[in-house]
Amino acid sequence: MPTIFGIPPQALFGQLLLGLINGSFYALLSLGLAVIFGMLNVINFAHGALYMLGAFFAWLLMTQVGIGYWWALLLAPLAVGAVGVLLEKSLLSRLYKLDHLYGLLLTFGIALMIEGLFRHLYGVSGQPYPIPRELTGGQNLGFMFLPNYRGWVVAASLVVCLATWYAIERTQLGAYLRAATENPVLVQAFGINVPRMVTLTYGFGVALAGLAGVLAAPIYQVSPLMGSNLIIVVFAVVVIGGMGSILGAVLTGYGLGLLEGLTKVFYPEASNIVVFVIMAVVLMIKPAGLFGRER
Amino acid sequence: MVKQLLVGAALAALSVGTAQAQQGKVSGDVVKIGVLNDRSGLYADLGGEGSVVAVKMAVEEMGGKVLGKPIEVIAADHQNKPDIGSNLARQWIDRDNVDVIVDVPNSGVALAVQEVTREKKTIFLMEGPATSSLTGSACSPTGFHWAYDTHALAVGTGRAMVQEGGKSWFFITADYAFGHQLEADTSAEVKKAGGTIKGAVRAPLNTADFSSFLLQAQSSGAQVIGLANAGGDTITSIKQASEFGLTQSGQQKLAGLLIFLSDVHALGLQVAQDLVLTTGFYWDMDDEKRAWSKKFMEKTGKMPTMVQAGSYSAVRHYLKAVEAAGTDDGPTVAAKMKTMPVNDMFAKNGKILANGRMVHDMYLARVKKPSESKGPWDYYQIIRTIPGDEAFATVAESGCKIASQ
Amino acid sequence: MATDTHAVSRETASATGPATPGLLAMGVLLLVLLGAPFLLYPVFLMKVLCFALFACAFNLLIGFAGLLSFGHAAFFGGAAYITAHTVKVWGLPPEVGILLGALFSAALGLVFGLLAIRRQGIYFAMITLALSQMVYFMALQLPFTHGEDGIQAVPRGTLFGVFDLSQPLTMYYTVLVVFLFGFLVIWRTVNSPFGQVLKAIRENEPRAISLGYRTDQYKLLAFVLSASLAGLAGGTKAIVFQLATLTDVQWQMSGEVVLMTLLGGLGTLLGPVIGATLVVTLENYLAATNLPVPVVIGAIFVVCVLVFRRGIVGEIAARMKRRG
Repeated sequence: MPTIFGIPPQALFGQLLLGLINGSFYALLSLGLAVIFGMLNVINFAHGALYMLGAFFAWLLMTQVGIGYWWALLLAPLAVGAVGVLLEKSLLSRLYKLDHLYGLLLTFGIALMIEGLFRHLYGVSGQPYPIPRELTGGQNLGFMFLPNYRGWVVAASLVVCLATWYAIERTQLGAYLRAATENPVLVQAFGINVPRMVTLTYGFGVALAGLAGVLAAPIYQVSPLMGSNLIIVVFAVVVIGGMGSILGAVLTGYGLGLLEGLTKVFYPEASNIVVFVIMAVVLMIKPAGLFGRER
Repeated sequence: MVKQLLVGAALAALSVGTAQAQQGKVSGDVVKIGVLNDRSGLYADLGGEGSVVAVKMAVEEMGGKVLGKPIEVIAADHQNKPDIGSNLARQWIDRDNVDVIVDVPNSGVALAVQEVTREKKTIFLMEGPATSSLTGSACSPTGFHWAYDTHALAVGTGRAMVQEGGKSWFFITADYAFGHQLEADTSAEVKKAGGTIKGAVRAPLNTADFSSFLLQAQSSGAQVIGLANAGGDTITSIKQASEFGLTQSGQQKLAGLLIFLSDVHALGLQVAQDLVLTTGFYWDMDDEKRAWSKKFMEKTGKMPTMVQAGSYSAVRHYLKAVEAAGTDDGPTVAAKMKTMPVNDMFAKNGKILANGRMVHDMYLARVKKPSESKGPWDYYQIIRTIPGDEAFATVAESGCKIASQ
Repeated sequence: MATDTHAVSRETASATGPATPGLLAMGVLLLVLLGAPFLLYPVFLMKVLCFALFACAFNLLIGFAGLLSFGHAAFFGGAAYITAHTVKVWGLPPEVGILLGALFSAALGLVFGLLAIRRQGIYFAMITLALSQMVYFMALQLPFTHGEDGIQAVPRGTLFGVFDLSQPLTMYYTVLVVFLFGFLVIWRTVNSPFGQVLKAIRENEPRAISLGYRTDQYKLLAFVLSASLAGLAGGTKAIVFQLATLTDVQWQMSGEVVLMTLLGGLGTLLGPVIGATLVVTLENYLAATNLPVPVVIGAIFVVCVLVFRRGIVGEIAARMKRRG
């Protein structure tokens, strides 16, 4: 049997593909963080909790109302976005005049509350969410068995990431947004409602997290802890990518997913820390991150 | 045999003597039972409030009193942190005069609490934790391990799977002491039964995505994939194995080494079907168990796990021993407990070894297919009964130093 | 960024000077601490003292140098592992074990610091968070830490071969001495020329640079000092509780120490002590009720950040200043 570096190609390609699937979640989540950070200069610590909330909304829609996956894919992110708008309006907006660290601390507290509440209500062993009927089964790719649903996750996340990038970098609305990031006072003077734009941006960013949550529900259990396990890795992804750039967040997300997959082939024990090691190396060479600008 | 009987009679006579001497000696004029378990985390569903309910059922059965003194039940959440657990246990014993600590899932927390109860000579009834070292290298004269342990799980599932034709094994192991021990115990049993180990992969605790480990297991070509993990990790790995079509192909079988009824309930039969597992209790085995479980279900809305049923059994036995000993003094009651057989809805003719291990029959079960299940909570088909002496290690094998003296 | 850090400093109105009310409060506190074990449960008090020292060490960085580290659990928990291992497996006496734990944290602090101080504010927080998460995963996987179970049954031993630490009162006064030592070090540091430079950096880093201070070196030194003292607290805790576990290296622990300091008052000397006492008491109390602990802790966090940024001591100091 032919091998690559002593590894059968089946295992190698299989793990790379799995890495790409993980990368899809990293990309969606770090994209949301990057969008929020770009506009609000706040690191949204509650991102993981809101991702969890998305999955739980989907699960509640199914078990309480009888609404299936495809509608949940639309409704749950909207609901999470609405929660985000509410949080921004009622709490976060009070802190803009202060150090941005207070935003980090506030969202940390919010994350504790949301996760604690769901732990209290639903325990932690996780609730099952079935794969939608249209996407059960899988494809035998020769080197591995790819469940259809995972293929769908990769495709969906790619489309969403590209669409977001396009909307921000190539449309009129995106131009306002970028301008407001650079100089909010000036943009306000042009008659654009900057506070509302900030609110909607936060809503959109967390809606992305909610969407990732719905996508994740059928793969992982719907569990109150699903976000807190993931969010620190995503933070590291954002640091590596550099916080200025949308494209950077997306590319780093996918790239690190692949790299993690590769580590699982060669040295599985290190798969948890590889992202952090990369982060340390990147920081030594480029303190602002791979795609970031020094501010 | 004769000698054993004689010793038993002598001990009984002795304890009758002390019982009379210490009649009515109950510290603080109340017998306090502290249920210390995970009430919000990873293991809340398998023990949690359910264990408290089960303990209260045992207390009610005694009429709420022992030796004419009231029985009080308190509970606290150790949050799966050994430091919180040992601190709470210390406070309970030092300040609140708690006489017995019950449940304590999570081997790490249980080991920490065992240190405290050994020092304070307080009775410790363990139903939740798995590691067999609690009655081995870390055994205590007042510690009792009740429902199951890693040794019994290994003997049950490991040996049975080999006998059913699963000769070659691959392990997905939770990368910490409990997982390592479960893997080692099971490997030994598999080899003893004539099987082989194809390999093992260590997955970190709380892994969200097992697909890459499952991929390794799949390419190893082993007939059985042994899951040496617990709680959320087990649930996730089983779910993802089903997603990647590992078991549907029929070439590979999953063996969950530690699976509770609550895990199966969370997974659903569609995903969990055909899993083989070892358990110390299943509600639908005889009329007595069904009647008790029905009562439990009325109070909690769930059927009991072996941890919850075991908590009932252990506390009931403890209270009977307090009554027989005439005191709630830890070492006296512990000695008494070891002389009395355990007979209740949980165990028939259970006996307690000198190292604190309660020996009772274990059961090998298969999770039913959705089509076989007749109603809610109809999950297991019991394949075989594993006699207690076969399932649990002897005192000599356990390596417990206190007991062999 | 300079203007941002300035905002923090304004919130953390300094109550550091050896003003009379401060000294009085400290004297009262000392008396309380000396007499406390006769009234309260000693193990609980020792836990409070360990966390109080931890919070004070953390406060040295955020309160006086304006650096928010979200990775201090690595120092606290890392030292606990080193102390527990050296005492249990190598059989070293407890004082040497604690010292080694603190030294380890100092070295770890140097590594973290070198990587992190190149960035400020939020970046600094996230980098320390990610680095501490790396330490967490190592604690999970290295063989000597025993993963989930942690290092247990650590003997308390005898201090200097004389004092038997298995006696609760002896242990308590040992912990008290360690705490007072750490507290004095912080007091000295804050009121030294070095502390003044730190405050200058906190207020306006570019100005400090233009005055010729090599601010990176000052910040690095503060970071290492804070890490060592956090390690001192962690090592002591390992001896008190006779175990070292993952709890102390988890990122939630880093968040908890932020809360303690914030609640008591950022940049005040006594604030972290009060904050730690309140949080530890609250957790102890909540564990026996049905209220979910994280929700309550999270709610306190939110309230503190929104309306109570000066913390308890900061608030009192501000009122006294207004009146006086």
